[in-house]
Amino acid sequence: MLRSDEFVMVLKNAGYDFFAGVPCSLISEVILTLEKDRDVSYVPAVREDVAVGLAAGAYLGGKTPCVLMQNSGLGQCLNALTSLNLIYKIPCLLIVTWRGYKGGDTPEHEVMGKASPRLLDSINLPHKTLTPKNAEKAVMWSHRIISKNKVPAALFVPKGVLK
Amino acid sequence: MNMTQAVQIITEHLVDELVIAANGRISREAFSLKDRAGNFYMIGSMGLASAIALGLALNRPERRVVILDGDGNLLMSLGILAQIGTLLPKNLIHIVLDNEVYGSTGNQPTISSHVRLEDVAKSSGYPDVVKVTEQEDLKAALKKYINTSGPSFILAKVKADNMAESLGRVTHSPVEIKERFMGSIMGEKQF
Repeated sequence: MLRSDEFVMVLKNAGYDFFAGVPCSLISEVILTLEKDRDVSYVPAVREDVAVGLAAGAYLGGKTPCVLMQNSGLGQCLNALTSLNLIYKIPCLLIVTWRGYKGGDTPEHEVMGKASPRLLDSINLPHKTLTPKNAEKAVMWSHRIISKNKVPAALFVPKGVLK
Repeated sequence: MNMTQAVQIITEHLVDELVIAANGRISREAFSLKDRAGNFYMIGSMGLASAIALGLALNRPERRVVILDGDGNLLMSLGILAQIGTLLPKNLIHIVLDNEVYGSTGNQPTISSHVRLEDVAKSSGYPDVVKVTEQEDLKAALKKYINTSGPSFILAKVKADNMAESLGRVTHSPVEIKERFMGSIMGEKQF
């Protein structure tokens, strides 16, 4: 497993400097680390699409934003991603915890657990899945997409990757 | 006062403020009356004008940020009031143009006639809240709040009309809107 503070360092080193999101237990340590960090700000959002909106405003103001959420919030964000981020070319990194990954989760995560990557494929939003070993590469990949293509990129985080 | 008059008055009071305009009628009014680089016309993502403005205000504390919101937009993301009332960015002015209808889809009623939005803002933590119905009161509210420490909330009740159809759409592409807007922020920094 990858330590949450190390993962936050990887994000910061890549240039991400504004964070907003809705918590998930799989990234609770990441959020705690961000909240304590004095170099960057983490804004707890009331809803996932509000976090995407906050990130868009931060980008307009010159930041490189990152949004954290559970995949249960992905559907909530579809209109923001399609009618704001993708058409205005307003990028952000989406760190999306993957509940229902390969089945074996509580009932409310079954359907979205199966659909999550396809959901992003259907709107042509690039994504990768985080592993304990590919964190640095995956974050750098997301940063390349964001700075070159100016569209959001997502990293799915299954259970057991971050501690 | 009607929507056009309200947006006209607001436009006249703007100097170098950054404006996030809600989708639909409000963006079209702002665009038609006085297009400016510092206007971000949100053409989709209904409900999120205030979230975008908040993200901008938090990261550009030296700039005044104005939300041109609508009742339909605000009701869609009512939680944003609590978000702003908690974070309390001093440089944010939240103006809600409340005509009690969805103006660009045929004037179907919203539920804002039943909800005291000014009270919701107040209890969410906005230190300054005012409700206006007359042009002179809107002017007075803008004079008072545009240069004072916020966040302030101006609820402007406006009469619904059928002018939305005759208003043109924003002719800039979304990418043009964004690049011009960001350029106006960066340009300002050099001075």
